[in-house]
Amino acid sequence: MTDLSTGELWVAIVGLALVNAAFKAAGPLILGDRELPPRVRDVIGLFAPALLTGLVLVNLLGDRWRDLDPTAVLGVLAAAGARTAGAPIPVALLAGVLLAALLRLL
Amino acid sequence: MSSAAVSPRRRDGYLAGARAGIGPAIAGLVLALAFGAAARAYGWGVVAPIVASIVVFSASGQLALMTALAGGGGAFGGVLAGALVTTRFLPMGVGLAPDLVGGRGRRALEAQAIVDPSWLAAHVGGGRFDRRKLLGATAVQWPCWVAGTIVGVFAAPPPELLHALGLDVVAPAFFLLLLIGELQRSRRARAASALAGLIAAALVLVLPAGLALIGSGAAAAVGLAPGRDGTTEGPVPDRGRPSEAATGGGRTTAAGPSDDARPADGEDRP
Repeated sequence: MTDLSTGELWVAIVGLALVNAAFKAAGPLILGDRELPPRVRDVIGLFAPALLTGLVLVNLLGDRWRDLDPTAVLGVLAAAGARTAGAPIPVALLAGVLLAALLRLL
Repeated sequence: MSSAAVSPRRRDGYLAGARAGIGPAIAGLVLALAFGAAARAYGWGVVAPIVASIVVFSASGQLALMTALAGGGGAFGGVLAGALVTTRFLPMGVGLAPDLVGGRGRRALEAQAIVDPSWLAAHVGGGRFDRRKLLGATAVQWPCWVAGTIVGVFAAPPPELLHALGLDVVAPAFFLLLLIGELQRSRRARAASALAGLIAAALVLVLPAGLALIGSGAAAAVGLAPGRDGTTEGPVPDRGRPSEAATGGGRTTAAGPSDDARPADGEDRP
């Protein structure tokens, strides 16, 4: 770490924890039990596939695509293939991990 | 319905969430291990990384914080970086709010269970959520996240070892497995996913990964486009495919949806 003091580190940790909690609480505090308009619900429902796609790509590519690794891509695809073939999630994950590790051994 | 009849179903709702949380808990454990090891290497010591995982409980937020602090951003820069990548919790909380129970205070408290995998696993379609599944999934993930950090801080395995064991594949593979279920919901889900992929792949070339992730969420605006009849489409299944709500989906949960859940499609993830 640079010249960050222990005090600053703790301020940053507590500060982020408070901001994080505020983000999560804001919607329920403002809305309560009020129903959202159907169009807003549609958008929020589509936030799930959009966010998941972003998470997959950001994890695989990394900043400026510097983390792009064909063995990782093949491992991820192997997990998806195993899941599509009916494997439970943990088994599918294990298949992906094993393939990536094997490819890296070669 | 008597409370005796309701109670097992409530329990089953939480158990369904706990089962849904096992996959992300494993992925989180590996990620937390890497975070703990890296934080130790950056001079955070032993206690601070563990406390950060206990009170922040956000992989993206904590990694952004650590990166900003390591880059000399100072406490304010660290909080700002972490806050930017966790702004997605705002719309997630807005979407979840009507499906929580109690007054505003209790709903705000329950919303603290929001983390990406739990929110996604609790999504039953059409922007509706099963709160018990959310709470059950987070109850499994949080201790694993903290435990992974503790192991990482003390064992401090080198990143090369995690890479050689293929453990870096766990997180993206897990998110892809969740995505498979979402893509089966509707044409719009696939359109939003495709657009999000383009946005994320482009943005990550020029922006930090956390900001590219936020940008990908903009693809949800596909839901604002009117349907073919001029109305919003909602979670309409594919033409020619039977309604998942009617059939219980391709895979049914052992427990079924909890009794206070909105109409679910029966998707069993993970």
